[in-house]
Amino acid sequence: MALDLEQFHEAFFEEAFEALDTMESALLKLNIGNPEPELVNTIFRVAHSIKGGSATFGFTEVASFTHTLETLLDELRGGRMQVTRGLSDLLLKSVDVMREMLRSVQHKTPIDPQRVADLQFDLELAILQKNQAPAAAPELPDVAPAPTPDAALPTMPATAILGQRRWQIGFRPYPQLLLRGNDPLRLLRELHELGSLEVEVDISGLPALSEMNTEDCYLAWNLVLTSEVTRDVIAQVFDWAEGDCKLEIVEIKSGLAERTAPPSAVVVPIGIASAHEAQIEVATTATLEPAAEQGRSQGASPATPSPAQGGSDSGSIRVSTEKIDEIMNTVGEIVITQSMLSQLGSSMEGPLAEQLRSGLAQLERNVRELQEGVMRVRMLPISFVFSRFPRMVRDLSHRLGKEIELKLTGDTTELDKTVLEKIGDPLVHLVRNSIDHGIEKPDIRRAAGKAAAGTVHLDAYHKGGNITVEVRDDGAGLDRDRILAKARERGLVGATEVPDDTAIYDLIFAAGFSTAEKTTDVSGRGVGLDVVRRNVQELGGTIEIRTERGKGSCFTITLPLTLAIVDGQSVAVGSETYIVPLTTIIESMQLKPSMVNRIAGRGEVFLFRDGYVPVVRLHQVFGVKPRTHELHEGLLMIVEGEGRRVGLFVDDLLGQQQVVIKSLETNYRRVEGVSGATILGDGSVALILDVPGLIRFAAERLAA
Amino acid sequence: MRRSVLMVDDSPSMRALVRSTLELAGFDVIEKIDGVDALGYAKGGSADLVLTDVNMPNMDGIQLVGELRSLPQYKFVPILVLTTESGGDMKMRGRQAGATGWIVKPFDPAQLIATINRVLQ
Repeated sequence: MALDLEQFHEAFFEEAFEALDTMESALLKLNIGNPEPELVNTIFRVAHSIKGGSATFGFTEVASFTHTLETLLDELRGGRMQVTRGLSDLLLKSVDVMREMLRSVQHKTPIDPQRVADLQFDLELAILQKNQAPAAAPELPDVAPAPTPDAALPTMPATAILGQRRWQIGFRPYPQLLLRGNDPLRLLRELHELGSLEVEVDISGLPALSEMNTEDCYLAWNLVLTSEVTRDVIAQVFDWAEGDCKLEIVEIKSGLAERTAPPSAVVVPIGIASAHEAQIEVATTATLEPAAEQGRSQGASPATPSPAQGGSDSGSIRVSTEKIDEIMNTVGEIVITQSMLSQLGSSMEGPLAEQLRSGLAQLERNVRELQEGVMRVRMLPISFVFSRFPRMVRDLSHRLGKEIELKLTGDTTELDKTVLEKIGDPLVHLVRNSIDHGIEKPDIRRAAGKAAAGTVHLDAYHKGGNITVEVRDDGAGLDRDRILAKARERGLVGATEVPDDTAIYDLIFAAGFSTAEKTTDVSGRGVGLDVVRRNVQELGGTIEIRTERGKGSCFTITLPLTLAIVDGQSVAVGSETYIVPLTTIIESMQLKPSMVNRIAGRGEVFLFRDGYVPVVRLHQVFGVKPRTHELHEGLLMIVEGEGRRVGLFVDDLLGQQQVVIKSLETNYRRVEGVSGATILGDGSVALILDVPGLIRFAAERLAA
Repeated sequence: MRRSVLMVDDSPSMRALVRSTLELAGFDVIEKIDGVDALGYAKGGSADLVLTDVNMPNMDGIQLVGELRSLPQYKFVPILVLTTESGGDMKMRGRQAGATGWIVKPFDPAQLIATINRVLQ
């Protein structure tokens, strides 16, 4: 049969990696010394299934390693081994190695065989040590293996003599044989294929008709097979009847009397003398009991099919993200077409126009539902990202000699897959920072009157159409004075300037900023918060910090639900329309000429609330001809990004709408100050403004 | 007449492989992901043969065999166990529950089909 195994490899890898994640998180939850049986079972089952798959698909190294691991896990499962800290580390290391091995076969890249061999050796050693360690674990009494039915049979050496041999076969099925899907007739036919077969049926077991259970087997056979085959070949025919019958296979040696004569080599007529009667009686009672039991169980569960029949395919299907993106894209096109039609409809008159408009309104609702539906398909719970933290926190706290409790809440909160993929690294960075710089060592914590174990809490929740993810710790908090001193030293803050607390804490997001006295191998100098902020902003999100000296810090990341759609305010500049993301807008106002100050060579600023805000003239940025150059004739839209504000000078506000984001980068190229484009109802293209980008642009100009 | 096989395995890749093997040999395949899933089907749907894994979440293969045997319409249907488990104890448990045969993974597709045909003869 030509079956290309390779076509199943990807599916196997995917499930194997998932299985490893499951195993890892179960291992992390395992109580040292007192493991929960359910968890141990899960770990075992997962290892077992990886072993089965890798063996089936020909990844023998993985299978061999997993086999050793499985052996050890079986000892754990049987309670013959204790879960110690060392063992748990060993198992986690095994997960890592299996991951590497799978990756190496998946991408056909080399792996260090010594590392694998070493670890496998350690596993074997652990298994061996368990056997030597006396009374380490309460040794469970081995369940005595049930004697197999043919254990008592005389084993004949499988002589390799060719030529015809005669075999006497006593085949006495137990009553339940038929219930196991076995058919005696099939067995006889199969034997017949091996050579010439003499068949004698023994009906001595037949009860009276009234006592007969139609599902039981009462017949027995005495067979003589003349063939070249060995005993093993004959036994193989009965492979599946094993345990459901009494089987005797004896070679008849050149006409001599058989060593063990089959009990009745002749057909026993019904109602024969005493010696047999006893046997029959025993046999009959034996068959009746299970039959009675079956009757009861049948009564308990009536034969009518349950109402929940068939449709239990409640599982999920795997779909490539490209397919979903294609649908999303098409839905986006429909949205655009729909709004074009709506505009057209609103300008029509006549008796049919009203009908058209109500149809279009219906279409609009349906399209919105469709759009939301497709978006939901792309949503995944944030637990996909959270799941990597237990292991990380465990390893890090180990290494740093800190006691840390990790709390994960809201892990069912769903996020767009793209957002989810990109938020992982920033979160890792924040958690690492919390552990390395936030949480103090146990003795310091105790001295400060805190619990020796610090807490790092990751929390995700919905908030007003956005997703908020918090990384909280109850560590030392930020040192305001030290940050300020450092900022002065680096010239980020003037010597006499006294920024407010928010502004000071915001400094830690500045590139290359660090107050760490020495670098650590965990989070370096703590640099990289600027990268975190940039990553978050690329996702259209924001990051803020709240902190209290001695009490801890909390980083709050706010993310959009999706990257595919944005709530925007359309603004007009000359003949162009631009979209400003609603989340960035603080307010829009008309200026009086007196509010604006010019700074020589650096442009304009105006007083907004309690500070000066630079003016960015959009027509200058994009090189379009505006309706007016006078600030007081147009509008100023105050927007915020990266904690800074600018006023965007536009001609007019148009309307608010949800727009489908089309990437400029994939369709054209990256443009400074623009995060994407969208197609408006009238078919024209509008650029979506990248507010943080514009603010940077303004800052550079001011600094120039 | 095409015969149908109720195939139960929690591993998608294994299911894909077994399905292809069976379909190539002309069987119809009903795929279920664990014991509970399979039993749900079996209560209303039929199959000419059952092929089940042992280690599965929710309900393992051994328990499934036992449950199937208590359904009148599955009393005489051959049930083959396809598993990595090769221990004698486990086999004995399977047999006691009512399994017809035991095939150890990794399996040879041709062998699997031969075995199924033999049991269905």
